[in-house]
Amino acid sequence: MARLTRPRRALSTNPLKTSAPLGAAMAYLGVEGAVPLFHGAQGCTAFAMVHMVRHFREAIPLQTTAMNEVSTILGGAEQIEEAIANLRKKADPRFIGIASTALTETQGDDVRGELAEIMARRPDLADIRVVYASTPDFDGALEDGWARAVTAIIDALVPEIDPMWRDADLRQVNLLPAAHLTPAEVEEITRMIRAFGLKPIILPDLSASLDGHLAEDWAGKSLGGTRLDDIPAMAKSAVTIAIGESMRGAATLLAERGHMPVQVFPSLTGLKAVDAFVAALMRIAGTADAPPAIRRDRARLQDAMLDAHFQTGGLKYAIAADPDLAYGLSSALAGMGAQAVCCVTTSAANPIVEAIPCETAILGDLGDLEDGARAGGAQLLISHAHARHAAAATGLPLIRAGFPINDRLGAQDACRVGYRGTRAFLFEVANAMLAHPHAPRPEDFGAAPIDPEFEHDRPQTAPH
Amino acid sequence: MSDALKQTREDAFQEPACATNRAKSAAERKKGCAKPLTPGAAAGGCAFDGAMITLQPIVDVAHLVHAPLACSGNSWDNRGSASSGSMLYKTGFTTDLTELDIVMGHGEKKLYRAIREIVEKHDPPAVFVYATCVTAMIGDDIAAVCKAATEAFGTPAIPVDVPGYAGSKNLGCKLGGEMMFRHVIGTQEPARTTAYDINIMGDYNLSGELWQVKPLLDRLGIRILGSLSADARYRQVAQMHRARVTMLVCSHALLGLARKMEEKYGIPYFEGSFYGISDTSEALRTMCRMLVERGADADLIDRCEALIAEEEARVRAELEALKPRVAGRRVLLYTGGHKSWSVVSALQELGMEVVGTSVRKATENDKARVVEIMGTEAHMYENMAPKEMYATLRASGADVLMSGARSQFVALKARVPWIDVNQEKHEPYAGYMGMVDLVRAIDRSLNNPVWEDVRRPAPWDESRAFAGARPRIKDRCPVSGISNDPTDFED
Repeated sequence: MARLTRPRRALSTNPLKTSAPLGAAMAYLGVEGAVPLFHGAQGCTAFAMVHMVRHFREAIPLQTTAMNEVSTILGGAEQIEEAIANLRKKADPRFIGIASTALTETQGDDVRGELAEIMARRPDLADIRVVYASTPDFDGALEDGWARAVTAIIDALVPEIDPMWRDADLRQVNLLPAAHLTPAEVEEITRMIRAFGLKPIILPDLSASLDGHLAEDWAGKSLGGTRLDDIPAMAKSAVTIAIGESMRGAATLLAERGHMPVQVFPSLTGLKAVDAFVAALMRIAGTADAPPAIRRDRARLQDAMLDAHFQTGGLKYAIAADPDLAYGLSSALAGMGAQAVCCVTTSAANPIVEAIPCETAILGDLGDLEDGARAGGAQLLISHAHARHAAAATGLPLIRAGFPINDRLGAQDACRVGYRGTRAFLFEVANAMLAHPHAPRPEDFGAAPIDPEFEHDRPQTAPH
Repeated sequence: MSDALKQTREDAFQEPACATNRAKSAAERKKGCAKPLTPGAAAGGCAFDGAMITLQPIVDVAHLVHAPLACSGNSWDNRGSASSGSMLYKTGFTTDLTELDIVMGHGEKKLYRAIREIVEKHDPPAVFVYATCVTAMIGDDIAAVCKAATEAFGTPAIPVDVPGYAGSKNLGCKLGGEMMFRHVIGTQEPARTTAYDINIMGDYNLSGELWQVKPLLDRLGIRILGSLSADARYRQVAQMHRARVTMLVCSHALLGLARKMEEKYGIPYFEGSFYGISDTSEALRTMCRMLVERGADADLIDRCEALIAEEEARVRAELEALKPRVAGRRVLLYTGGHKSWSVVSALQELGMEVVGTSVRKATENDKARVVEIMGTEAHMYENMAPKEMYATLRASGADVLMSGARSQFVALKARVPWIDVNQEKHEPYAGYMGMVDLVRAIDRSLNNPVWEDVRRPAPWDESRAFAGARPRIKDRCPVSGISNDPTDFED
């Protein structure tokens, strides 16, 4: 179990972390008809947008309050009002999610108060749901920004139910996925919940917005996601399920609003983790059995574990990711006999860091990953696409996981959760090892090379 | 079957050097030493497979299979013999006969052209031509084609007339060796010879096992002149007749060849194994003693003893560290190798309990050793069908099965750890260092948490309590007016 260490140094080499506002923007994009709005300078938005465009290979409707020198000093309320009014004209969004940035937080704008005044002053904007989350770049990582945005949405849009008059829909389930879950993963979790005859409301739902589908029209806002009408309806659900420890705060708030039980699953990767999830679904659905497809998927995963354990047993790897993702993948690999020789992570806010099966978790960067991999004799790297430089420098295979994955297609399709996704992940790891076979050489064992006089005296054109 | 092949086969069954063979009556001997194949209940390769196993590890030779596609197409590139040089042996060459070739009798012409294409494109030191069931049955005379091709292209084309239906894999290994004796051994002279030149027969350098042992030979100044066929070059086979001593590794199949080499060239041989600590030491001792008898310096024996003492001390120290991780665990051993007792004793030294071992290819002598080590003969198994093995595995309460790939899934489906110790394995376990690798592999497999996970009951096979939390109802009850004080006693 990992002890969190903070290297005492000034320099960050090859950053691992993506900052909080981007996570908030990504979460807002999982709501139907949404435009995320960064309260900050124009560049904050441009960089974040390009980052997401290259990851998802989609047009990303991310806007900015375009703070300038004067508004930074005098306060940005006017910029916010103008931005909302302009967005309404240009894109007609149903939902605007505002995320603050380092600039406006340092300046100290009271966005919440300003926003209330603006909305009171401008009845013409009343049909747009506007939500604000405080996400300074200097605090936390992508998953923290995401979690704060989801908390802000719940806080603003989910009403408090009177427990006396609570009229719960016993088949309806709230699902709060953490930032690391890809659209395909959200879809797989949804499939599992539906398999038990339950009706999930997913917040936010990237599987309906950033799954990479060709739309019929140009929208200028998110192409799908959680329906706005569904968000208040979450208060009536039977239960709230959160995937990822970073979502505990949001899940607790939602459960309090609707007076319902809540369960947080730190990970859905690995047999044990998925079993716990399935057991919970069985209880919610009130059944003692699982559908045939789920039972079959579990048996397939068990078989995959047996096939893959030859490659994963004793495998040494180094991982660098946000706490939830690092925990999910490393706990699944620990169950397969693999050993994390180095774990680098991004946020101290998430208590799951302590449960990562590695001696220490470094609050660091990809430079730490490279050094740790070398020092620990790692055979495999797991991190986002920027770790390709560490992979090239160390000559190790890299499994791309996390954000961004900007040098490969299909980042939204990677699925490493559930029985199926775990099976795919184990094959992915085993194949990464099989793709780098070690051809034995005499010198590996300290044997002298063969006497040259035995060699064929004509040059051979072997096709290998 | 052609008369020539029939004769070759019968000769192979008359093996005066083989104790089992000597003990048989004349009538039994005629039936052959390969166990009769039972339709519907046979497992294992054919004679062609055996010949390929013995000869394919000769790395710079082009191995050409004269057959319709299946013989080569379903079997090429599936063995782990390692090469330190040419990779030509990994290339799958076949004549891929079509229906028309077979009906019209084009086989021989196609074979001749195929040999020419190989020589022109790859220029190997030799082309080995393998007969198979179909081409033998339609009467293709591969010996004549090889002779003509050798004369025409100047590269030896060697007929390996061992079609699949001639018999079992074991017989094929034997006949593969016989083909070398007839056509290759003695055809080239080495540039130099030393009093420390040896042949190694019956080792195939799987995953580099020869190289785990070679450093020991290097340190003693012993040179592998001839090899059949671990990391072998064609020349090493052609020059085998000039070695001083032959070591026969774990193989009854090549015993006939070793005996013939002794009769024709006066090279004495001994049987030895590099699996296990005591066997490795014993093999080195015998090798050095015989080399000294054949003219090597007498100090070789002392140097050998010093080396053994040093290496054994080192390997035992390394194993001692691993001992706590495997001690007390139960092993079921099911291997093809007849020297399993040597591994048994090594595992026992580690504090492991061997609950059973196969004695499939073992001699009476070997069986006696097993009884001596295990204290009883109750735990020796002959051939075991997968179903029986599954039952034995369950009944004996074994913690781990060590066997070949064929029984891999018997273990895995029983959720029991499994170690590959046969020819398809991907890790080398020979010599002193190999023993440490083997124990590491056992440790890695036995202590993998995956076993606990796959044996875990499914969620629908057990009942679990709700693991989440329920939020406290705030404020006061609207009916009774009683406030919900968190410090109050609740349910």
